[in-house]
Amino acid sequence: MSTNMLKVALIGNPNTGKTSVFNHLTGLHQHVGNYPGITVEKKTGICKLSQHQKAKIIDLPGTYSLNTSSLDEDVVIELLMNKNNEDYPDVAIVVSEVENLKRNLLLFTQIKDLEIPTILVINMADRMELKGISINVSVLEKELNTKIALVSSRTKEGIETILELLKNHKNLSSESCIDATQIDKNYFEKLKTTFPNQSLYKLWLAITHDVNFGKIEKNELKEETSFVTKTTSELKKLQHRETIIRYKFINDALKKGYKVDKTKATDLRSKLDRVLTHRIFGYVIFFSLLLLIFQAIFDWTTVPMEFIDSSFASLGKWVRSTLEPGDLTDLLVDGVIAGIGGVLIFVPQIVFLFIFISVLEESGYMSRVVFLMDRIMRRFGMSGKSVVPLVSGTACAIPAIMATRNIENWKERLITILVTPFTTCSARLPVYAILIAVVIPNKKVLGIFNAQGLTLMLLYVLGFASAIIAAYILNKIVKVKSKSYFVVEMPNYKLPMFKNVFINVFEKTKSFIFEAGKIILAISIVLWFLASNGPGEKFTNGAAIVKNEVVNQQLSQSELDNKIASYKLEHSYIGIVGKTIEPVIKPLGYDWKIGIALVTSFAAREVFVGTLATIYSVGSSSDEEETIKDKMRQEVYASGGKVFTLASGISLLLFYAFSMQCMSTLAIVKRETNSWKWPLVQLFGMTAIAYITALLAFQFLK
Amino acid sequence: MHTHSIATLQKGEIGIIQDFDIESIPLKLIEMGCLPGNTVKLVQYAPFHDPLYININDSFVAIRKEIAMQISIVKIV
Repeated sequence: MSTNMLKVALIGNPNTGKTSVFNHLTGLHQHVGNYPGITVEKKTGICKLSQHQKAKIIDLPGTYSLNTSSLDEDVVIELLMNKNNEDYPDVAIVVSEVENLKRNLLLFTQIKDLEIPTILVINMADRMELKGISINVSVLEKELNTKIALVSSRTKEGIETILELLKNHKNLSSESCIDATQIDKNYFEKLKTTFPNQSLYKLWLAITHDVNFGKIEKNELKEETSFVTKTTSELKKLQHRETIIRYKFINDALKKGYKVDKTKATDLRSKLDRVLTHRIFGYVIFFSLLLLIFQAIFDWTTVPMEFIDSSFASLGKWVRSTLEPGDLTDLLVDGVIAGIGGVLIFVPQIVFLFIFISVLEESGYMSRVVFLMDRIMRRFGMSGKSVVPLVSGTACAIPAIMATRNIENWKERLITILVTPFTTCSARLPVYAILIAVVIPNKKVLGIFNAQGLTLMLLYVLGFASAIIAAYILNKIVKVKSKSYFVVEMPNYKLPMFKNVFINVFEKTKSFIFEAGKIILAISIVLWFLASNGPGEKFTNGAAIVKNEVVNQQLSQSELDNKIASYKLEHSYIGIVGKTIEPVIKPLGYDWKIGIALVTSFAAREVFVGTLATIYSVGSSSDEEETIKDKMRQEVYASGGKVFTLASGISLLLFYAFSMQCMSTLAIVKRETNSWKWPLVQLFGMTAIAYITALLAFQFLK
Repeated sequence: MHTHSIATLQKGEIGIIQDFDIESIPLKLIEMGCLPGNTVKLVQYAPFHDPLYININDSFVAIRKEIAMQISIVKIV
């Protein structure tokens, strides 16, 4: 079937509606994966052209030019330079937008110079009348030597034209439209004599970038010393000259085929900007929006979250009552079902957060937030672009850290990456929820506030405050040289399209469920295994030893079973781990069972609850399904004191607020910073802060 | 004649880009149309006149004051 699969790359500037075009071409037949070795999203989809012909569409990350400046953008050039790449396109579709056509065409001329058959899509054609724009398609097609599809992704108009052009892709021109070699004739003459069989523009891109392509490796170019004699500043001057030549060509073409009658244009942008970027109202609106988002995440989600929680509890009960009692049933109920429930419970919150973020991004408002917040964030060593990561961090640090990629300044980006895990991610929420329910009394304080709700709110404020303070300190300590290259496009305001928001939220949620789900499931199973096996005499003969010890006491059968179970847990593999670290965590007010939960939480915080559930149900053989909260309230030391008191509870809350307990985040930080140094700084730095604050809290409160 | 930079523009004022040191300007801004001879208009500025929201060669972008100061212009409106 793949014999007739046309490979098509979708390329374009950000904010041109490229994703909408992709969604129209492929519908839900899309696949989101990663480029090998890096975490740049790779979106591909299948589009049916005719009975016998299909096209594989690759949605490349948005970029303003082939002179790329970020990891995401590098993907574009890596693919287009390498003919041996399995996704090297047969056809390139450059998506542009009717109002910014001039700037969008810069990238178009670069793609043409790669000599790939190219279609130009001019999107948002429905706005032409509104903006007084008229386009003479046939004249532009001739000037730019391409085929043009006027598309309006909002009304789906013009998608058919793209399909027709793809069907007849053999007729597309692959000639370049600019002779880039005129920027330095001597230099390019020499290049041509050395590499007679190569495209000069590709060579030029390879010289100015860190990419390899096909037969020629970057190193080979370096060996030809005559080409590296150019300093970076000389190269940049040439790139400047190249840009001027490209714009000259574009201006000439547009003069013939593109007219704007400004008297007919209506200006929504300036009306909205007058309010939304205002020095006072701008901030008032932004902070009100933030409040609305948090209200949605914490208030509107309680019903679906409780529903998920109770559904999984009854599923567990049902499985236990249906299956034969035994190891496998325990594993299924205490490990698998509890684990999956622990992941799915976050879904409502993640969905709401991503709905807000994608609506704000689609509408063009997010760029205004960047503009408003840049100066303030810079005081803390970050950028206006750090706002999105910090807000996303309240859902999950992983997408948040990936969202730092568009911060051009390395130091600002690094600081944002380092402090994002302080914000209260949704994995902390179940830990907070259960601890608050157990140790904070459910009563009113100061007349109106509920003590439990207030504690939760304070923990969120603590998360943001510690992120900001940590950034301020890191800004003073970290010495990294970097230039500020802050350039943010302020796109037109648009009404967000439901389809785009839906697909975005769906994909993000799906990847969260699978990524987090895998880890939690694996840990639940490993944990269950370690708790139900142990080395040596004391574990295997646990039952006999206990019976022997208590032979003179009058114990009921269930009391005896309980004693045996907890004795065995203590001498299982996981019990030994907990016992070993007990001296370290005792000053914080934790016993060895909490110790086990702390250890497993280093994989992912939310594992805490599941671990306690597993440990307490393994440790007691009673059949009634008590809720985990009741079990925690009843936990006592051998000496009789309660394990979960106000002091130990607050101490645990603070530990979880500060500690870096998420392997996936550490892995992402390693990849994004390309070194083990920064994830280790996070791991040890944050855990030290957590230990000290928890220690102080417990010693002070006990 | 007194030389101005983009950073000295007031809201609504328009200038024509004269010259700048290529070294200190990101290539991305040049590609957005920051080229000698093109017009630039200050649309809005954030508190402390930083960052600046400008219309340059029909592209709307925000840049920081430190970059804006590097780009000299002649005011026309």
